[in-house]
Amino acid sequence: MTAHEEGETLVSLTGVNKHYGSLHVLQDINLQVKRGEVVVVIGPSGSGKSTLCRTINRLETIDEGTITIDGKELPAEGRQLAQLRADVGMVFQSFNLFAHKSILDNVTLGPIKVNKQDKAGAEKDAMALLERVGVGKQAPKLPAQLSGGQQQRVAIARALAMKPKVMLFDEPTSALDPEMINEVLDVMVQLAKDGMTMIVVTHEMGFARKAADRVVFMADGQIVEDAEPEEFFTNPKSSRAKDFLSKLLSH
Amino acid sequence: MSTLLDNLDLFTEGFKNTIILFFFSAIFAVIIGMIVGAMRVSPIPAARAVGTVYVNLVRNTPLTLILFFFALGYPKLGLPQISFMVAAIVGLSLYTATYIAETIRSGINTVPVGQAEAARAIGLDFGQTLSLVVLPQALRAVIPPLFSVLIALLKNTTVAAGFSVMEAGAIRANLSERGEPAMTGLLWVALGFILLVALLSLLQRYFETKWKVAR
Repeated sequence: MTAHEEGETLVSLTGVNKHYGSLHVLQDINLQVKRGEVVVVIGPSGSGKSTLCRTINRLETIDEGTITIDGKELPAEGRQLAQLRADVGMVFQSFNLFAHKSILDNVTLGPIKVNKQDKAGAEKDAMALLERVGVGKQAPKLPAQLSGGQQQRVAIARALAMKPKVMLFDEPTSALDPEMINEVLDVMVQLAKDGMTMIVVTHEMGFARKAADRVVFMADGQIVEDAEPEEFFTNPKSSRAKDFLSKLLSH
Repeated sequence: MSTLLDNLDLFTEGFKNTIILFFFSAIFAVIIGMIVGAMRVSPIPAARAVGTVYVNLVRNTPLTLILFFFALGYPKLGLPQISFMVAAIVGLSLYTATYIAETIRSGINTVPVGQAEAARAIGLDFGQTLSLVVLPQALRAVIPPLFSVLIALLKNTTVAAGFSVMEAGAIRANLSERGEPAMTGLLWVALGFILLVALLSLLQRYFETKWKVAR
């Protein structure tokens, strides 16, 4: 298997269309993400960027087009889909830690139940991951006892525990108090440096500049621009992107 | 007091059978109810349809008619014969399961949708998502209504008295045959039920405290 060469396509969306009733929320989306690449998706709210992110592990179905992960097309519901989802880590805006389970159990649930890892091994790996994101001491607590920033770092550890090929971040810092945003972004920047393939929907332009290989700008369900961060921020081509950036910088 | 002490055999036999009826019916009703509740939220349309038809059909039928069917109709179907006791347990379980299913379904709806999404995102299938993440949280939310259903079941066991099952509801009729005052007998039966329900309420409080979940 030569699957770990850099530069080959890991996630591929071709001709993807999706409607919510009369709203054409994704319009002819074509997006290729290479192994090890960090792609930041930005755009005004309602532009379809979160939906795009969620179609990649089929939390949202699509009406047309194909999505492949590591060459395999997303299967329909069932065991194969569950297996494929295990390869795609997901971090949500609202953390979604399992409210009735301890921090440690949140992280070990997937490895034990899906990967059939033994409990002791899973707990050892989970502790290492929790230490890595800086919340090792919180392991026995329940999610509600942690701050938002801590919860989101646990959510990242939970996704990493499945050893995913790609990580999706759906506005991971949008629900956080300002002073907690950086602790989460630091973990993400480190993850990017370690070579993880990442697709990040965010409003954090600082993160996009620091860690992204590419910035994808979406508006009204379409990909309007797809450029390197420096190029995009200093020299946006479309009027939509110029308009969007000017609104961000005006305060 | 003499009504109770002189006929202790009747009272113990009656309440023993009530407890047996309740215990087995409760277990089967909770198991069937969880399965049917899960069917009603399942992504498979056929499972949802079966669950909906079952709940609406059985819940809309009076318990007396259901027990009539198992006591009088079932023996004529040419299937293996069952005792009145077993027939009563089957009838009570199937009837109570519809209420449990609806209680659990409402509990499932209280669990934020993000919990199930996060479970699916780490690769859990539908059954695992439900049993490991959603149901444990749903059950916590529905402990009070769930116990209301179980208390109703405990009292519904008296309906089985009309079908030759010697349980607590039948004590009064038997007392009358022995020439005891009916009212006194009924009071003792009522007291017995109050004690049993009080035990269930204690159990409810235990679960509520133990499963309190912080959000």
